[in-house]
Amino acid sequence: MASLKDATAIVGIGQTAFAKRLDEPEKTLACRAILAALDDAGIDPCEVDAFASYTMEETDEVEIAKSIGAGDVTYFSKVGYGGGGSCATVAHLAAAIVSGQAAVGIAWRSRKRGSGKRPWTDVHAQLPTPAQWTRPFGLLRPADEIGMLTRRYMHEYGVTRDHLFNVALACRNRANQNPAAMMYERPLTREMYMTARWISEPLCLYDNCLETDGALACVVVSADRARDCRHRPVYVHSVAQALPAQHHGMVNYWTDDPLTGPAWTAARQLWKTADLTPEDVDVAQIYDAFTPLIPLSLEGYGFCGRGEGGAFTTGGALEIGGRLPLNTSGGGLSEAYVHGFNLITEAVKQLRGTSTAQVPGAATCLVTAGEGVPTSALLLRS
Amino acid sequence: MSSIMKATTDNGLLLPVRDQDGAPFWEFAARGELRVQACAACGRLRFPPRPCCPHCRSFASQWRAMSGRGRIWSYVLPHPPLLPGYAAQAPYNAVVVELVEDPGIRLVGNVVTAPDAALNSLDPSRLRIGAAVRACFHTMAEGVTVPRWMLERP
Repeated sequence: MASLKDATAIVGIGQTAFAKRLDEPEKTLACRAILAALDDAGIDPCEVDAFASYTMEETDEVEIAKSIGAGDVTYFSKVGYGGGGSCATVAHLAAAIVSGQAAVGIAWRSRKRGSGKRPWTDVHAQLPTPAQWTRPFGLLRPADEIGMLTRRYMHEYGVTRDHLFNVALACRNRANQNPAAMMYERPLTREMYMTARWISEPLCLYDNCLETDGALACVVVSADRARDCRHRPVYVHSVAQALPAQHHGMVNYWTDDPLTGPAWTAARQLWKTADLTPEDVDVAQIYDAFTPLIPLSLEGYGFCGRGEGGAFTTGGALEIGGRLPLNTSGGGLSEAYVHGFNLITEAVKQLRGTSTAQVPGAATCLVTAGEGVPTSALLLRS
Repeated sequence: MSSIMKATTDNGLLLPVRDQDGAPFWEFAARGELRVQACAACGRLRFPPRPCCPHCRSFASQWRAMSGRGRIWSYVLPHPPLLPGYAAQAPYNAVVVELVEDPGIRLVGNVVTAPDAALNSLDPSRLRIGAAVRACFHTMAEGVTVPRWMLERP
C-alpha cells in the first residue's frame, strides 16, 4: 500500500493582511494569497494542476484557476464541514500527488467573515437535521452549541474558567509578538477575562475567536520536487480525517460520550500512520474557535489523559518554553479567524524557523482542524 | 398549515424546520405527546430519528411514548448578539435534558416556569446539572408545538 508518509511537502505559503474589514472581494484576496504562496515556493502559476478547498469557501477553482493563469487542472476537491476541513485540504492534495493525479497543488481559504454576515443569522438556511432539534430553543450560534459541551465538561472534570483563560492568554501573548495579528497591540489580563461580557455562559467574549477578513494559501508538491523549491520543505508526515461513529456535528449531544469528539478519531489515525508520538511534538497549532476546544483536543490527541486537559494548561504549559507551545501566531482567538488556515501556515513558519514566536529547534508540529465537527489533522516535520 | 412553511413566529422565534424523519415527533408533540423513535425489530430507542436502526439495521420503526421525565444534562445562558426574538428575552436558558427511559436520549429545550411562559421566566440560579425536570408543551404557532421543561421541584 502506498504511504503518504513524508512523500509530499508544503513548499509555499501566502497570506493577505488580516482585518475586521478589507475592501477587496474574496476572489481578489484569494488570488493574492495564492500567487504569494506560489512566489514563496518559486513555482510558476501555470504549473498548478490541483486545487483543494473546504466548505464555507465562496471562491471556486474555476474562477481561481482562470484568474491566476493555472494550467490544465487534473484534481480538485472540496471538503465539508467548514473549519473541520482545513487540514483535509492538504491531505487530499498529498494523496492526489502521491497517486499521480497531479503535481502542484493549491489549498486556500478566503473569507470576509469580519465584515460579512454571521452564518447563524440566516433564519431560512437551517439544515433540517439537526437544526430542528436545537435552533427553535435558542441554541443558535456555535458559541451556544459548544458552550453546552463546555458546561458539561466543567461539571464532569473540574475544568475551570482559569483553565480557559490560560488558553486565551497563551494565544494573546503570541499575537502580541506577531505584527500581522489582529490583536498585536492588545494585551489580555486575567481581570479583563474574568469581567468580560458573556456570549453564552459559561463562555465569555475572550473564549470566542475573532471575526476576520483575510485569505491564505499553501502549495503542496512531491518530496522530490520540494527539494528544488525556495525554502526548506515542510514534510507532510501523516494526515487524518475523522467522522466518529454516531457523531452528530456541532451539536454532538446524542452519542454515549459527547466529550470524546472527532479529535479522538483523528488522533488514532494520525498516530497510527506516524513514526512520532505526542511526546515528539515540539509545537502545536490546535483549532481554537473557542477556548474549551483546546483542553478537549489535548485529551483527544493524547497529550494528556481523559479529563486532564484543563489541568494541562496550568503552569505556562502552552507558552513558549512550556510543555507544548500553542498557536504561536495567536491562532483563531488572537491572530485571525480564517477557519484554521492560519494554523497551517504558522506550522510551516515554525518548521522553517521563521515564526514571530519561534520555538527553538522546532522540528515537528501538529495542526488540527475544527473540533466538534467532522475534522482533520496534519502532522508536519522539517 | 401555513405556519409550518414560515421560518419564524410573529415575535421572531425560529420554528422547527422538520424533515421527513423528524415529522412524526412534531406531529405527536402537537397532540401533547412526547414520543421517541424506536426500532420495531430490536427495540432500541434512537434520537435524532433516522431511516434505519444503527444497531440492527432494520427499517421498521415505531414511536414510543416517553414518561416526559428527565434530568438536566447541561445548559447555557445565551446573551446577545442573538436573533432579535431571542435577544429580547436574553439571557434565557437552553438546556439538554436526558430522558429517564434512556439517558442516551437527550433533547434540547428550555426550562420555564409554565408551559407558555417566556424563555427567561426561570431564575437561572435555579438551574443545576442533574436537576429533575418534566416535559410540558407550548404552541409556538398554529400547528407547531414544542416540548419544554419545568423543574420537578419548583
